[in-house]
Amino acid sequence: MSVAITLTVNGAPVSLEVDPRLLLSQLLRDELGLTGTHVGCDTSQCGACTVHLDGLSVKSCAVLAVQADGADVLTIEGITGPDGALHPMQAAFREHHGLQCGFCTPGMVMGAIELARTARDLEEATIREGLEGNLCRCTGYQNIVKAVRAGAQAMREG
Amino acid sequence: MSARPPRSPAPIPFPATHQNIRHDSAPLHVAGTARYVDDMPEPPGLLHVALGQSAKAHARILSMDLSAVRTYPGVVAVLTAADIPGMNDVGPVVADDPIFAESLVEYVGQSLFAVAATTRIAARAAARLAKVTYEELPAIISIADARATDSHILPPKRVERGDPLGTLSTSPHRLSGNLAMGGQDHFYLEGQISMAIPGEDGDMHVLCSTQHPSEVQHLVARALGRPDNHVVVEVRRMGGGFGGKETQASLFAAVAALVADRTGRPAKLRLDRDDDMVMTGKRHDFEVAYDVGFDDQGRILALDIILESRCGMSTDLSGAINDRAIFHADNCYYLANVRITSYRYKTHTVSNTAFRGFGGPQGMLAIEGVVDDIAHHLGLDPLSVRRANLYGGPDRNLTPYGMKVEDFIADGLLDRLESTSSYQARRTAIAAFNAASPVLKRGIALTPVKFGISFTTSFLNQAGALIQVYSDGSVLLNHGGTEMGQGLYTKVAQVVADVFGIGLDRVRITATRTDKVPNTSATAASAGADLNGMASFNAARTIRDRLSAFIAARWGIEPSALRFANGKVMASDNIISFDDLVRQAYLARVSLSATGFYATPKIDVDKETLIGRPFYYFAYGAAVSEVVIDTLTGETKLLAVDILHDCGTSLNPVLDRGQVEGAYVQGMGWLTMEELVFDAAGRLRTHAPSTYKIPGCGDIPDHFKVDLVNQPNQEETIHRSKAVGEPPFMLAISAYHAIKAAVAASGGNGPVKLDAPATPERVLMAVRARQAGAGA
Ligand code: FES
Ligand code: FES
Repeated sequence: MSVAITLTVNGAPVSLEVDPRLLLSQLLRDELGLTGTHVGCDTSQCGACTVHLDGLSVKSCAVLAVQADGADVLTIEGITGPDGALHPMQAAFREHHGLQCGFCTPGMVMGAIELARTARDLEEATIREGLEGNLCRCTGYQNIVKAVRAGAQAMREG
Repeated sequence: MSARPPRSPAPIPFPATHQNIRHDSAPLHVAGTARYVDDMPEPPGLLHVALGQSAKAHARILSMDLSAVRTYPGVVAVLTAADIPGMNDVGPVVADDPIFAESLVEYVGQSLFAVAATTRIAARAAARLAKVTYEELPAIISIADARATDSHILPPKRVERGDPLGTLSTSPHRLSGNLAMGGQDHFYLEGQISMAIPGEDGDMHVLCSTQHPSEVQHLVARALGRPDNHVVVEVRRMGGGFGGKETQASLFAAVAALVADRTGRPAKLRLDRDDDMVMTGKRHDFEVAYDVGFDDQGRILALDIILESRCGMSTDLSGAINDRAIFHADNCYYLANVRITSYRYKTHTVSNTAFRGFGGPQGMLAIEGVVDDIAHHLGLDPLSVRRANLYGGPDRNLTPYGMKVEDFIADGLLDRLESTSSYQARRTAIAAFNAASPVLKRGIALTPVKFGISFTTSFLNQAGALIQVYSDGSVLLNHGGTEMGQGLYTKVAQVVADVFGIGLDRVRITATRTDKVPNTSATAASAGADLNGMASFNAARTIRDRLSAFIAARWGIEPSALRFANGKVMASDNIISFDDLVRQAYLARVSLSATGFYATPKIDVDKETLIGRPFYYFAYGAAVSEVVIDTLTGETKLLAVDILHDCGTSLNPVLDRGQVEGAYVQGMGWLTMEELVFDAAGRLRTHAPSTYKIPGCGDIPDHFKVDLVNQPNQEETIHRSKAVGEPPFMLAISAYHAIKAAVAASGGNGPVKLDAPATPERVLMAVRARQAGAGA
């Protein structure tokens, strides 16, 4: 049995038939080739697979593809401008060394963009609390926190 | 969908070495276009592989009925031990790691068979349909079980000096104690994965997330029953390694290759996170027992210490890991009369393996525990006891294993950090706080680190590189080191760019491949930049010498008069761009590619007695951690961290600082929250991040200060830098001792009994024990 769904991914309309058990993370990676969304834990714990669903960040390994029917999905590939220009949050992670192995980075960036939009302030404690759902095993988070603050400031100014 | 992000317009500084240069893949990582193995475009006909696993810790396999597995929709092939054309083993040192169990299983999760299907979900579902009957055998799970049954994977080892037992009985003070410390799952964010692509005439190309491509190549070839030259292993990057992809990748690579070989189709094996945690080895857990004699200042006169480790079902790297534990059971302290005994137990659990520090953290935590207990016994500041025991002076510079400590700087680091962190003032403030606070108690600790650099298996200390200069002047760099996020590729490229005097943007970094540089050692032992940096330096020098000879002859000058800088080559009035020089050298038929090789000098250690010089040099560091604990719940919170760490003359301070921060946090996870729980049946009950807690962003305090000691390495390492991957992991020992200090403040006297990790349960029990007066 498969189900027909239609959604928007990074601004482009997508229509396809999917197995009802297919996860959004699998749809993005396996069906659409958007491999910037990483799968780290398979169980909605690590945040590596974070994308935006109708503007809110979700862990795409915990969302069924059919649940995204009619939705607007934004992935790490979709926040880079068409000319390759980096989003301010991407640029901040690059400039402030907010990564080592980079596996957590796309999810961190997507989570941080939402955090920047919704956080009441950019205090260190607020950023740390806001990033609790995203694990990084490499960096110790110091440069990630710096990057998020700088990226959020750039977003607010820009 | 992977548009190339634009290059940064920022000018690349020259020379590149010692500069803060960002990770070479940073632009790709932030754009989501850096490819890991699972992101590679899938070749047509790709099969997905899953493994059938043992449900028992120790049992004879009576029967294995795979008929339902074979007939599951989508299944293309099922492989068991009988289907392996070569050797059924992936043991790195000793052949005791079967790819598929034949008649005996020795841990829960051990691989029994592989199923290949057209989808991953079909392969995983089919793997669960095997009907296996077992005859259960007695299982040895814990260190206590192994001790009771004399179950050893390797013979015990002992290092002894002076008269430890005689001196113990004459020491003014004598204390004995014990300490248990848990293991640790690597929790690299990218799990184990391999994709094998069959070629013509028995060739096999394996894309693998591994720190040790040469070993994977060799073990894959051995399983296929072919010479090594039929197999190419390639790794561009890993999503974290930490030692967990040194030997542990081989099983999955071998299975993928066996499936590809059998079916003629490409095959990918990616472990689910739960399976990864169940099936792959971890940091060794240890139990320590000691008997120590000391004077009124806490200076150790004699020490008899026993280190017992759970090695799991096979040998793996347990020999070298436990050797390194012995080599670090002194840390920064001179032990005149000492006996260190190491037991390496065989248990029916997953085979424990390399993990950042490689036994060093366990040895170091042991001696730091002894020193801390002495301080609490005497009622002294632990820092003064640490100081009293430091190496220093001509008659206090010999390690228990006979290596002279010639580069000791820990004393200076302690002094500097004590003052920059205001340790004494904070200690006083904490005492006042604790006196006024009945429930919350604070603690602070300052601990040093001395970590030996080199593989203790001496022959591994070699590396190779291959550099190719194209006729347009662009440079292609390849070496045996692997990139797992530590920035090795960036550091080595900095070194090479400077040899040629060109911008870093002219040096292209390529994936590590066994067909480019052969017989490499694992990227491990923190030695990646030391070894590969030097090998690449040598390769680049060979080409530069040829270019120099060519242009010097043309200009009629001495080659030594030439300077390579800023993309130009010059000598007095003569000047030519590097690109033009290369072009002309090409036309003049000068060879523009070269290999480079490096073997670490000076090291030599006896494998059996462990006496000698296992290390080229030591890396040092010190850290102050401050915590608060809740004596009613056992919860702890890290409040502040101050670190001073020695990277020699850093090749790239911003990358090194990142290593220090990440290592401390990972070490803090090991010692305070990451708990592996095996039940009596040998099943790992903490096999997912839902039950196994690694540090999150909120566990790190705002006050987290890292300073690097910018002081050249005494030894002639690449640009006098020092290795940085592992040493800072052990800075986190300060966090554990800060918790002990806070527990001590909750009441009672004498040493604090607290095993690691110091989870809230353990902290609460330790507090209760002290408040009940059972603390001593
Ligand atoms: S893979 Fe989705 S949260 Fe870890
Ligand atoms: S950079 Fe490796 S997990 Fe975050």
